Amino acid sequence: MATRKLIVDGKEVEAEETLTLLQACEQAGAEIPRFCFHERLSVAGNCRMCLVEWVGAPKPQASCALQVKDIFPNKDGTPAKINTTSPYARKAREGVMEFLLINHPLDCPICDQGGECDLQDQAMGYGRAAFHRFNENKRAVEDKYMGPLVKTIMTRCIQCTRCVRFATEVAGVPDLGATGRGEDMEITTYLEKAFASELSGNVVDLCPVGALTSKPYAFNARPWELRKTESVDVMDAQGCNIRVDTRGPQVMRVLPRLNEEVNEEWISDKARHACDGLSRQRLDRPYIRVGGKLKPASWAEAFAAIAAKVKDTQPDRMAAIVGDLAAAEEIKALKDLMGALRVANIDCRQDGAKIKGGPRQSYLFNSTIAGVEAADAILLVGANPRWDAPVLNARIRKAWLASGVKVANIGPAVDLTYPAEQLGSDIAVLEQIASGGHAFAKTLSDAKRPMIVLGAGVLTRKDGAAILKLAAKIAGDTGMIGPAGTHAEGGWNGFNILHTAASRVAALDLGFLPGANGRDIAGIVEGAQKGEIDFIYLLGADEFDVAHLGRAFIVYQGSHGDAGAHHADVVLPGAAYTEKDGLYVNFEGRVQRARRATFPPGEAKEDWAILRALSEVLGVKLPYDDRATLVAAIEKDVTHFATLHDAPVHADTSAATWGGIGDSGALDHAPVTSAIADYYLTNAVARASETMAQCSREFVSGSSKMAAE
Amino acid sequence: MDFDSLKAVQTGLGTAAVIVMDKSTDVIKAIQRLAYFYKHESCGQCTPCREGTGWMWRVMTRMVKGDAQVSEIDLLQEVSKEIEGHTICALGDAAAWPIQGLIRHFRPEIEARIAAFSKMAAE
Repeated sequence: MATRKLIVDGKEVEAEETLTLLQACEQAGAEIPRFCFHERLSVAGNCRMCLVEWVGAPKPQASCALQVKDIFPNKDGTPAKINTTSPYARKAREGVMEFLLINHPLDCPICDQGGECDLQDQAMGYGRAAFHRFNENKRAVEDKYMGPLVKTIMTRCIQCTRCVRFATEVAGVPDLGATGRGEDMEITTYLEKAFASELSGNVVDLCPVGALTSKPYAFNARPWELRKTESVDVMDAQGCNIRVDTRGPQVMRVLPRLNEEVNEEWISDKARHACDGLSRQRLDRPYIRVGGKLKPASWAEAFAAIAAKVKDTQPDRMAAIVGDLAAAEEIKALKDLMGALRVANIDCRQDGAKIKGGPRQSYLFNSTIAGVEAADAILLVGANPRWDAPVLNARIRKAWLASGVKVANIGPAVDLTYPAEQLGSDIAVLEQIASGGHAFAKTLSDAKRPMIVLGAGVLTRKDGAAILKLAAKIAGDTGMIGPAGTHAEGGWNGFNILHTAASRVAALDLGFLPGANGRDIAGIVEGAQKGEIDFIYLLGADEFDVAHLGRAFIVYQGSHGDAGAHHADVVLPGAAYTEKDGLYVNFEGRVQRARRATFPPGEAKEDWAILRALSEVLGVKLPYDDRATLVAAIEKDVTHFATLHDAPVHADTSAATWGGIGDSGALDHAPVTSAIADYYLTNAVARASETMAQCSREFVSGSSKMAAE
Repeated sequence: MDFDSLKAVQTGLGTAAVIVMDKSTDVIKAIQRLAYFYKHESCGQCTPCREGTGWMWRVMTRMVKGDAQVSEIDLLQEVSKEIEGHTICALGDAAAWPIQGLIRHFRPEIEARIAAFSKMAAE
């Protein structure tokens, strides 16, 4: 890469030409204040805080808007001299800071941004101490409505336009903009409509002042009183990296954590704002159903009730189902427990997805999230990434912005925030593509790195297995896998399954699937209704038809009083994802560790520990007494659990692997539908959250507030 | 009157549009009107111009009446210097120059007006 020599603060450095001067100065160790500049947004150059001195230039230069390649050397050939700390540069910044502050309300004591405010911090560095000479009235700006998540105090706005650029560029919704000009310029949503994006919460992080703050978190806590725990999100299967901020026993907020390979620095609104659901509807003690009503019980009583039922039940009349939020630890513990009881009716696919176990690449998002940026054609089948994994959708949009990747969609026509060719919702289109009779088949085979993304919308159909087989055929025919699309980092694989459940890949890895002659989820439900299944163990499983399980004895272990708990005979209170150390595997197959931020409420316990304790009462004691031994057992079973944070590379082209995906069968010509009915209410935590309920009312049920009302 | 000779006397030909005013013109009011023009025309993208033009116009509006401190003349000069050369486009520079010119050539007039106003206010 071409570089250019610069002298930054007297130090000669070699800077890449594609960098901005601001980035080059930072690489040289200088600290440049900024408000409008953001690495992931376009350059606006409007705050003028990053002014530096370029010796010889007639005026100070905005370092964010100047590229290194535009900086020419001095006439005598010596490298250009850049001063970032000279009195000249400092005076320029002090002037800008003064201008920013004259119309800023300085209401830091009542501002939620206080303590983590860029303006506050930089005013400490560049404000003139005891120096106040603005005697006019300050400007006041009316607050705007931006929906249930973003609170606005627009008088504090410094017009950096980061939020507008985020909405337009990353979120892909042209909802934010500026009206008026000069000092009357205001940031607003058009006609006071809500900021309709699944990523809207990120503008709160981007806002360098307190103009946009988190509405649910308003006046709740100060940043310095919070304990910060680095963890992983489970609201979707992407495994976004998060930081959980807690005060005492309560999760106050969730913020994104930087991970270039997974979520960059964004998280979805559900990941960020469902956290108020963690303190509502919680199961904080065991319950036993007595005379049709759930009565509080002790752990010993609850275990005794389960043991009594298990003793009377044949293994083939028992079943276990893993829910969407379970960590690998409890999945392993439940699998071992069921194995010890010789129960074969176990399943982790509570949505009925027709994915089998088998080679990992048959159920992973093999292209990887970062790999999406290298793709040049994407076929979405029954997937709506905007709802299935909003941060992934932003990545696809980023790829579209950068390279104009061609996207086509089989399924309901939805606005994905980038243009997608809508191929209709008849699955016959996929057949046409497979046989080469469709125009998009050519697009796929012409592409160097094509991708096919199968979502829950097709995998959960009756003909899901046939669709899988068809997709694998398309993948093979159009050179999606292996050499034909080889890319520098070890082989392209364009076959992708887009899971929506955070627990799913770990459960598939651990083989939480029906054993020999075992029933799958549909078989278990049917069996229960027919009276052939008498005992069902639900590990946080709420997303299937729990209400119609006949007369089966149901044990529900989980964190929230949701569908599963309502129909249970014994309720065992478990820990939510912020209350336990747990391994989660995202849809790429990347193993990540969630950490405990708070303790489970009341008598609730960590889930694997509950299963370990129960196993002892059932007389089949599990061989691990602490989490470390359990994790060692997981790693012994499935070696890749030992490698955290890396996404696997699967470029295996063998026919055995790809021929084995799915089953042949007739296609059903019912239209492909979306798997998620309401993005904001997809799991027990989100359903318990007041904020998510508000979002659902605002954005999904469609009672959106109009300005005229 | 060309670009170079005008530069020598710290002014400029600009777009070569010329406004002729006779001695009956209130020069402070005239510059205040120019300050209003620039405040009104500022697009609001970059900070110095967005915030500074309004500030200068407000101070100028007071100066037309004389409702100001003598020290605010220097303030005005400094604020105009903080705008000039710090903006993206030349509108900020152009907003600063009339004020700088006023102070350079008519400072006694501004001071007299401030003195007259404070005398009137004292009575």
